[in-house]
Parts: sequence; C-alpha cells; structure tokens
Amino acid sequence: MAFMSPQSLALGTRYSRGVEHALQLEEMQLVEALRHGDERAFEELIRMYQAGLLRVAQIYVSSRPVAEEVVQETWLAVLNGIDRFEGRSSLKTWIFRILANRAKTRAEREGRTIPFSALRNPEGVPEPAVDADRFQDPEHPRFPGQWASPPTDWPEERLLGEETLQLIAAAIETLPPAQRAVITLRDVQGWSAEEVRNALELTETNQRVLLHRARSKVRRALEEYLSESQ
Amino acid sequence: MTETVEKLSCQELVELVTDYLEDALSPEEKARFEAHIEPCEGCRTYLHQIKTTIELVGRVTPEDLTPDAEATLLGAFRNWHSR
Repeated sequence: MAFMSPQSLALGTRYSRGVEHALQLEEMQLVEALRHGDERAFEELIRMYQAGLLRVAQIYVSSRPVAEEVVQETWLAVLNGIDRFEGRSSLKTWIFRILANRAKTRAEREGRTIPFSALRNPEGVPEPAVDADRFQDPEHPRFPGQWASPPTDWPEERLLGEETLQLIAAAIETLPPAQRAVITLRDVQGWSAEEVRNALELTETNQRVLLHRARSKVRRALEEYLSESQ
Repeated sequence: MTETVEKLSCQELVELVTDYLEDALSPEEKARFEAHIEPCEGCRTYLHQIKTTIELVGRVTPEDLTPDAEATLLGAFRNWHSR
C-alpha cells in the first residue's frame, strides 16, 4: 500500500482541492491499514499529527509534560475508537476532536479556565503587529500613522541559513499557546484555515487574529535577528 | 481627484496584512489596501517580509517524537493489536 511520505506533509505545502480529495482517499487507506494492525500506518499517523497535537494540547493544559500525556492518551483513544470511525469528518478532525476533549477535561481537573479566552476572544487584549513607535503619531498633522522607521530589505543570503530556521523555531516556541498552535498548523504543517478552525473550534475571525499575531511576532523576531550582527 | 473614502495609514495597513493574504477583505477594503501599498515602499517591504516569514516558517521541521515516547506508543499499538 502506498503511503504519502512524511516529508510531503511536513513542508508547509498548500494543497489544491483536488489534492486534498486525494489525501482523503489516502486517509481512508490509512484507517483500513490501522484496523488491520499495520504498524507502519500508525507510525505514519503519529508523524503526521504528533507536533500539531502537542501544540493544541498546550493551549489547554499548564505544562509540556501534561500535554505530552494528553497526546499519548489521545493516540490510545484513537486506536480504541478506530473501528467506530466512519469517515464523516476527516480523520484529522476526528483525532483533534478527541485531543481537544481530553485536554479540556484535563484542564478542568487542573482548574484552568484562562486558555479558553485566548481561543474565544483573542482580540480582548490588543497587540499591535508593529510597535507604535515605528510610526508617526496618528494625530500627526501631515503624516499620521506613517512609517517613521520603515522596514528595510532583508539580506537574502542570511535568510536561508540554518541559524535563521532555528531562530524562527525558537520564536514560535515563545508565542502564547493559542497563537503557537495556529501558526504551527497553518504555516508549518500547511493546513487550510478551515481545517484549523475545525480542529480548534475557532471562528473565522479568531483564527485569523491568532494567525496574524503569530506571524507578526515571528516577522519581528526575524527583523531583530537580521538587523543585529551585520 | 475627489477622495470619497479615508486613506489607510501605514499603521493601519500592517494590521490588515493577514486579512489581505487570507482574502478576507471586502472589495472596498482590498482596493484601499492596494491603493495604499502601490506607492508606499515601507508597506511593500513589510508585506514582502510577512510573505518571506510565512515561507520560512514553512521550512521549519515539525518536532519529532522522543524515542521514548515513540517506543511507548508502538508498544501500546502492539498490545492493542493483539487484544
């Protein structure tokens, strides 16, 4: 049976609708293989979703070790439930729903409620994409809100270095959990906006706000990095 | 030339970049966005940097499972299969 290579999913590729349909077919093959006890199918699935599951679990629970536990539990629940999976939602959505339910239960036990507001009302706390001091005052008589210190071109040759990718990974790591989950699923894993909305039960607007903030902060980290040590 | 709508400032534009890239702006907002950015070098550079950021984030390798965690899961899988 032909599986997609893990690389093809890991590179942030954006799929056209036709390709997505083909992926769904492939997904059902994975499900069948799993039901027949094919270990490779299980490994494939773990490779595809582990990073995303961990990010999403971290929205709800307080620590990384607890998030890892929740993900482990999720995989076991996936195995135990796979015979009942009917393909009405995508396998991806189904797995992430299992995770979200478990993570929420765990968070309730921990007495945590804060993370939900990050998902439901991310605009509650304003966060400018670019520091206000980079612009003229909004009341400036001639140039209100214009760049005072505009961004400058980045040196292409440094962008492609391994160090730059490490910096980006570190910048993503420091994001608030909901922003980190959204940018990981959208831009690292290459999910569509709709898939992310389904997995995280987000409104369209909130998905975009979280993505916007995450991307803005990573850009800022890149800018700082590229403007120092030149 | 008469101005019927107020122009965007650079500070406002940077907050619309994601909506623009996600194709979530109304036709009027999109026209305002494009009218601003066409002659504005700072904002063009900004948009380009955001696109570069997205592309580079796409090259980050997703985190792998630790060997321990993977061994635990595969062990669980074998148990599950031989149930």
